[in-house]
Amino acid sequence: MNKNMRVLGLPYVAWMLIFICLPIVLLGVYSFTNNTGNFSLENFKSFFTPIYIQILLNSLYLAFISTVICFILGYPVAYIIAKIPSEKTRNTFLLLFILPMWMNFLLRTYSWMTLLGNNGLINTLLQALSLPQLNLLYNSGAVLLGMVYNFLPFMIYPIYSILIKIDANYAIAAGDLGANPRQTFMKITFPLSIPGVITGITMVFMPAVSTFVIPSLLGGGQNMLIGNLIEQQLMQAGNWHFGSAASLIMMTIILIAMQVMNRFDKTQQKNMEMLA
Amino acid sequence: MKKVIGIMCAVLLLAVGLTGCGQSDAQKLYVYNWGTYIDNTVLADFEKENNCKVVYENYASNEEMYYKLKSGNANYDVVFPSDYMIEKMIKENMLLPLDKQNIPNLKNIDPKLLNIPFDPGNQYSVPYFWGTLGILYNTEKVTETVDSWSILWNEAYAKKILMYDSQRDSIGIALALLGYSINSTNTDELNKAYELLVQQKPLVLAYVNDQVIDMMIGNEADLAVVYSGDAVYCMSENDKLAYAVPKEGSNQWFDNVAIPFTSKNKELAEKFIDFMCRDDISLKNTMEVGYTSANQNALKEASKEPAYDNIAYNPTDDILARCTAYQDIGQFIASYADIWTKVKAAQ
Repeated sequence: MNKNMRVLGLPYVAWMLIFICLPIVLLGVYSFTNNTGNFSLENFKSFFTPIYIQILLNSLYLAFISTVICFILGYPVAYIIAKIPSEKTRNTFLLLFILPMWMNFLLRTYSWMTLLGNNGLINTLLQALSLPQLNLLYNSGAVLLGMVYNFLPFMIYPIYSILIKIDANYAIAAGDLGANPRQTFMKITFPLSIPGVITGITMVFMPAVSTFVIPSLLGGGQNMLIGNLIEQQLMQAGNWHFGSAASLIMMTIILIAMQVMNRFDKTQQKNMEMLA
Repeated sequence: MKKVIGIMCAVLLLAVGLTGCGQSDAQKLYVYNWGTYIDNTVLADFEKENNCKVVYENYASNEEMYYKLKSGNANYDVVFPSDYMIEKMIKENMLLPLDKQNIPNLKNIDPKLLNIPFDPGNQYSVPYFWGTLGILYNTEKVTETVDSWSILWNEAYAKKILMYDSQRDSIGIALALLGYSINSTNTDELNKAYELLVQQKPLVLAYVNDQVIDMMIGNEADLAVVYSGDAVYCMSENDKLAYAVPKEGSNQWFDNVAIPFTSKNKELAEKFIDFMCRDDISLKNTMEVGYTSANQNALKEASKEPAYDNIAYNPTDDILARCTAYQDIGQFIASYADIWTKVKAAQ
């Protein structure tokens, strides 16, 4: 790297130091100290009690399920869009998927409340058809729906961007060698798209694990997730030490999950290289 | 290349944002208030009368305001903390003592709102809005008399009950129902309150904040815990709604105006507090917001309006006699937070 490049990079290094490294250091300092400012492991000890473990497991579970649903819904969509021959149509479809994201995240979540409520659109419709009303809002299902709805584009885009770059000749060659379309997909297209899938999973799982707005709005505050716990500790209880410890634990889990995913990604790539 | 342009745009925007707060000659007053808690036109009036510029910002909870001030990165001249928060801030030297000579309109404030234990002699704060915590209910669905917190534990209203997502208020209700003080710092009493709240959880539709207003107006639930000021607004929008303060007692709360230690212009801040106590300004604010004015003349005037002629806006002495103010419970707040976490995480 020459000198000019290094100078150009300085603002970014400063940016990262101030806005990424420093906050994490502060988080560490808070989580390993107590009210009097002395070193203490008390915060971590109190986190590993059944009540908080349950909150953590519940968050991981909901985030996992919503990631799986996003993948099941998102992959076919990305695949179908990538297979559209006309670039114009393709871009229109992509635009349609990104369009809701131009609206504020909170507004989108609020609008689900209007749809799912006791006097909401769906229940009013059911009533008009003299069908029994459903309790749609304020349960885990509603939280899951909110997560899938908000994070689905983060699954579709990375997969799409990989699929669109895969050389069509691979599939043609596989066909020439006698593979049927299903085999071609399972042995060629899908393995080649794994990097996109990994990025998609990471981009859905991370915000899903840490979200606190969706459970408090659509879950009616009845499903406390790790994000809500952190928010409550910092904003209501004023226990920054415990809140920081909880954040640190959440970050560690996300980091571990990402490492596992990366390793998986690397083995896949190695396999593909061998294949090539 | 596109990426580079994107980043450059972002940096440029940031730079503009940071330098945007340019200097001007007029004095500036930094006001930090609750959301939708003022008639915005009075700010322009104040600017005109005092040839200054008001920078107005909002917060959603006492704690949010407290930590922003505590972090030291704020320059607010006027804040609107509630009772227990005033007590806490006085203890921590975060409020500046007021020079009463600069606030002659203090005479308009209802004497029964002055000299409350959280700020004896009102050395640091002047009442702005006040009210009670009670039950807002739909008279079409709830035909029995609502006079006890126990109705929130009645299975006939399963999944039709809205609780407030606030540790002090929800635990306070359980404590009041058990006959304990809403400022209890007794672990046994708190544990009993916890059990009661867990028992109630299956009946609760949701633990909400400001959504309660839209939900009650839209008949989404039958019963809800609300602040009296929100009840006034809900009842004016939906005439099936009524408000009650249970016989077991409740919370009377006070939102006062105060000058935080971050103020660099105490003189102008005191002028602002005096301005807010003026009869015409108080009336404008209470008519816009719907919360009970601390200004007795404004309260009298506002009560003539049909929407304001009720016990939510103007509670009887009888109701007030059974209400208590929250006190700062110090470090014990951690136990409240712990209980509230457990209630909300309970399956």
